[in-house]
Amino acid sequence: MNTIAVIMILIGLLFFTGGAVGIIRMPDFYSRLHPAGKLDTMGLLMSMLGLAVYALGDMTLGEALTSLKIILIVVFVFITSPTATHAIVDAGVRAGLEPWTQDRH
Amino acid sequence: MDLFFLGSAIFLTLLMLLPLYRAIVGPTVLDRLIGVNAIGSKTTALLIFIGVLYHRVDMFVDISLAYAMLNFIAVLAASRYFQKRKGLYDEIEHRGS
Repeated sequence: MNTIAVIMILIGLLFFTGGAVGIIRMPDFYSRLHPAGKLDTMGLLMSMLGLAVYALGDMTLGEALTSLKIILIVVFVFITSPTATHAIVDAGVRAGLEPWTQDRH
Repeated sequence: MDLFFLGSAIFLTLLMLLPLYRAIVGPTVLDRLIGVNAIGSKTTALLIFIGVLYHRVDMFVDISLAYAMLNFIAVLAASRYFQKRKGLYDEIEHRGS
């Protein structure tokens, strides 16, 4: 049981690093949003599932409720993170930010 | 087992420096918003790691749920605010992009 949790958390951390590095390296505002969105959802999902499995350790009702709440957080972030990213892009488009093109820079 | 969680929690905090760099340097205001959003989502994960370390997971789960909500509302409010602010347009105009 614990090894599954450890593997999941490691995958989650992998996605977190990918997202964080992606935010730095991407050339333009819009392309930077892609790793930011990925980081939010996928990294959180894997590490939370790992923690839920770990919190489910000894199968008591209290533990089950806690891990259920952890999964609730994941569902909540899955719903809100795209909306937040959409709001940012909406603000960016209205502010007149054009996407980065290869020849311009 | 706790050492693993402590290690991953510390790794997560070190990982927060990258979006922080983006939040400081970010050319436009909205890049800073992405950095803040990324740090916020990392903190929700970090809170539960801390909960596991303190062996009081059910308390920290509620805290991180509240933090996820706050992070979402903050990003929404900020993006709505920066949409209309004049400053953002000047920043774009004089750069000529």
